[in-house]
Formats: sequence, structure tokens, C-alpha cells
Amino acid sequence: MSAEPTVGRKIGDVILDVANVSLSFGGVRALNGVSFDVNEGEVRAIIGPNGAGKSSMLNCINGFYKPTEGMITFKGESHHQMETYESASQGIARTFQNIALFKGMTTLDNIMTGRNLQMKKNFLWQALYFGPALKEELENREVVEKVIDFLEIESIRKTVVGRLPYGLQKRVELARALAAEPDMLLLDEPMAGMNHEEKEDMCRYILDVNDEFGTTIVLIEHDMSVVMDISDRVVVLDYGEKIADGTPDEVRANQRVVDAYLGVQHD
Amino acid sequence: MFYREAGQFKSTYQTDQAIFPIVQDRWFMALVFIVAFVVIPLVADEYWHQAIIIPFLILALAAIGLNILTGYAGLVSLGTGAFMAVGAYSTYKMSTAFPDLNIIIIFLLSGVFAAMVGMVFGAPSLRIKGFYLAVATLAAQFFILWVFNKVEWFFNYSPSGTITAPPRELFGVLVTGPEASPVARYYVCLVFLVVFAFAAKNMARGRLGRSWMAIRDMDIAAEIIGIRPLQTKLSAFGISSFYCGVAGALYIFCWLGSAETEAFDILNVSFPVLFMVIIGGLGSVLGAILGAAFITLMPIFLTNAPPMIGIHLAADLQKHIEEIILGLMIITFLIVEPAGFNRLWQIAKEKIRKWPFPY
Repeated sequence: MSAEPTVGRKIGDVILDVANVSLSFGGVRALNGVSFDVNEGEVRAIIGPNGAGKSSMLNCINGFYKPTEGMITFKGESHHQMETYESASQGIARTFQNIALFKGMTTLDNIMTGRNLQMKKNFLWQALYFGPALKEELENREVVEKVIDFLEIESIRKTVVGRLPYGLQKRVELARALAAEPDMLLLDEPMAGMNHEEKEDMCRYILDVNDEFGTTIVLIEHDMSVVMDISDRVVVLDYGEKIADGTPDEVRANQRVVDAYLGVQHD
Repeated sequence: MFYREAGQFKSTYQTDQAIFPIVQDRWFMALVFIVAFVVIPLVADEYWHQAIIIPFLILALAAIGLNILTGYAGLVSLGTGAFMAVGAYSTYKMSTAFPDLNIIIIFLLSGVFAAMVGMVFGAPSLRIKGFYLAVATLAAQFFILWVFNKVEWFFNYSPSGTITAPPRELFGVLVTGPEASPVARYYVCLVFLVVFAFAAKNMARGRLGRSWMAIRDMDIAAEIIGIRPLQTKLSAFGISSFYCGVAGALYIFCWLGSAETEAFDILNVSFPVLFMVIIGGLGSVLGAILGAAFITLMPIFLTNAPPMIGIHLAADLQKHIEEIILGLMIITFLIVEPAGFNRLWQIAKEKIRKWPFPY
């Protein structure tokens, strides 16, 4: 793993712009005037202590929370408030801190749900499972199989996800997000609770996704060595406010970040 | 040893996604079809048709409908009886108003009416879940039956308040009403069940079914993937009620012959169908059919079993004992296997696959 951009990797213009976003729940201010931007093709990390508002930030970006103030612009389209289901059609996919898979369904079905927006045939065709509906199902299956291949989960294709170990469930969740072929992928603690090897695998997948598909990645992670290694720029939040923003080296050297979160200087 | 997928290689996704990917399953299904379409009409007498097989087929259809809603989409409904009544009364109205219209088309149109009513009463499901939704559908149950009882237009102002199935023909054979032969009515119900069961299975394994299950398992994640909750829930209500509506139409036209709203009472229909779905296995078409078989066949078995082994009881005592035993069986079964008959069936298949080795 290295921080240097690999060959062929291209950082483009701003794809996501978060301007002055605030979010309150009653009297609690979860986010307070946070602004940052994400460039196309970049790996952007959001870090901070527990309760800093990192997950709330992601929830605002994909419309699950409606910010009380401020504007979020994605691909040039500004929105103050939007419905949650709209974010997927705009090209945003995400994974969750606590795995949010569909427990009763197989790995394959879970990943196929990621293709839902690409499938248009109505229920009568589906009831027949014939002609256009069958063709559509097979075409999307092929895309899904590529994702399965990419994440090396062929052997658990037909296993019900509720029975899978934690690390694999995390991978299936990533697969489901990738199946939608998103422009931007939001990862909420993709490596929480994993052992060293699983973390290495996950890092490799994240970098490969970024590299091969040019997907922009915004991730929240607590493992500082991972964050500092794989991300291009880092935002630091504390008590809902942005306290630092910059390359991993700049952030690491920032005294406020050290005080609020990192504790001792990393070496 | 005999039942396994070893050696059956799939080289396309299409064969991999077939309903019965294993060749032995296909043989088994073929056998079931031969029994259902050829053997049963030959051997079964009128009592078997009227008391056992036809109600089983009709209730299985309703159970598949409810399973779409409760099993796949996770929305509990106690309004099955009402949606069936909508199907039955609209069939009655249409077949008396347009006597020349093909009865099958009338059945299907009645399903569409039931679907529309189901979607109206399903609208609150966006806001309320679980027991609260069950209570909301309970309101549908009481309200709809009350309307059918009060508004005389629905039963063509007949003084008794009952609706009676008029005799209607299909391919020159009488299929509805009291004069129709049991075999003809059996075939109508069987074809409906087979076609609709396959349609349900297809929807369940396609995009629609995945959306339903996604909403059921984790609605927030489903929404973030782009599944619209209202549309998905309403589609489940609509399609489920369509199935119930058709089942309700068959219930009057191919089985009872004539009835009043009492036939669609919550204790007569809604609860038993819900039990079928739970006992059969939530989220499974096969489970709905097995559950319907259990709930319709078991009382008849319990009625006939004591005389067979030489015990003769007073009729009312017999009836009470029967209900006690049935209740006990349901409780025991749900404690032993909460996932229902479908799960048992899967375990059995798994065991046969590995036989003669333990694992």
C-alpha cells in the first residue's frame, strides 16, 4: 500500500461539495457549519473521535438525514433536501457501520438488489420470467458476477448472508454497493472489527475499486495507519465542527487534531 | 446418493437460475403434476373433492397471496377475508351484470378490484409496522364486510342477503354453481393454483421479490439502494390482494356455491390463512401450499381417525377434542420448527442429498 497515485489514476474536478452544513436533533447540534469538498477519483477520509458527527455527515450526503442548514452539491446538482431513495439514482452507494445486509437473502440476491435501479421490466413480465424480463435478469446477473469475481466471494454465492462470518458480510455489503456501479462510494468504517489480514484485503479492494473503476471514495475509519496510507486527503471532525482538512501529513502534524483525537504524535 | 447435484454442470446463468435446477426435482414435479391432473380426478369421489381437495386448492391460493405480503414483504395482514370478499362480490356483480363475459376474465377482473382495494388499505403501511399494521388491516376486514352486508346493491337486493354463484360454462362445460361437476371445478381451481404459484415464484425470485425482501429485512438500507418504500409496499399489497381476490371468487363460485359475508369472517378465513402461512413457512410459495394442506386436511383426518381405530364419540365431544388436538399440534410444531414446513422440507432434501452419510 502506498499513498502515491498508481499509474492511470486521475484526480478530476470537484464531484461533491459540502457547503456550511449544519444538522440539529432538537437541541443537539450534530454538525455545525461543516464545509469540505471531494474531487472526482479521490480517496477522502473523514476521521474524528466518537460522536464527532462522521456518520451523520455521510447520512446527510446520501439524503438519509436532511441538513438543517447548508447545501450539498453532487455532480453539479445542488440539493438542500432530498428523499433517501434518490441518492442511489444519482450515483451514490454506501456501506454501513453496522452491517445492513438483507439477512434472509442469499449473497447473490443481496448483490442483485444493488442492480434494482437498472432493472425496469414490470411485474407482469417478471411473473412470466420470460423474454425481456429474463434477458434483463441475465444481463444484470452478469454484472453482479463480475463484482463477485472482483471481491473473490464466488464460493458463498448461494449462501444466506445471515450465516456468513462478519468479515465476509462486510465484503458482501461492499459488493452490493459496487453492483450499482456508483460514481461515489461512501464507506462507514469498512474495517471495524476486522483482523489484520482482513483489513489488508479490504484496503486492497478499496484501492482496486478506486483504481480500476475510478470510483470516488469517501470513508470513515478509526484505524489511523489505514487512513493515512490509503487516503489522498483527510477531514477531521470534532463535536460536529471541522478542525482540520488536508493531506495525511498535514493532518498528522496539526496540533488541534493531535489534541482532539490522535493523542500522541504518530510515527 | 440418488438426489444430488453432482455431475449436473451449469454453463449458463439461465440454467443456473432455473426454478428447479436439479434434474431429480424436475422429475418429482412432473410426478406431482401427473398425480394432480390425472390420478386425483380419476380416484377421488365427490366427498373428497368437495370436502378436502377444492378447499385446499383455494385456500392455498389465498395463502400464497398472503405470503407475498407477510412472508416476502414482511407486512402482517389480518384483512385476507375482506380482500377475498371483494373478489367474490365483484365476481358476483360482474357475472350477473354481464352473463356472457367469460368467467375466467371475470375472475381475473375481480382480482384487479381486490388489488385496488388492497392498495387503498395498504397505504398506511408506509407509516405503521408490525402489530399496528395488523390492526389497520383488521379495520379493513370489519369495514369491508360491513359494507357488503349493508349495501344491498352488492347482493342484488336479494332478501336473504346471500350471493349465489350463477351457472357459467367454460369450453362448454359447467364450471360454477351448484350443478357443476366436482371434477370440472377441481380443474379450474387446480389450473389457477398452478399458474399463480409459478407466477408468484417468478416474481419472488426477480427484481420485485428482492425489493420486497429488502424492505422486509432492512428498510433503511433498501431505501439507500434506491428501492422506493411506498411503491414496493403497495405493489406487495396489490399483488397479494389480487391473489386473495381470485381465491375469494373461486371460494364462492367453485366451492361454496352461495354464501353471505359470514363466510369471509376473520375466524373463518383471515386467521386460518395466516396460520397456513406461518406454519408453512414465511417467504416461501411451497410453504404456503404445505401450510394450506396441513390446516385443511388435519381437521378432516382428526374427524375420521377415531372411528377408524374403533373409537366412537359423541359428535360435539369429537369436535371439541379435534380442536384441542389441532391447537396443540400447531403449538408443538411451531416450538419444534418455527420456520415452518418449508424449512422441514429443505432439511429433508439436505439429508437425502447426503445419504447414506451423516454429513
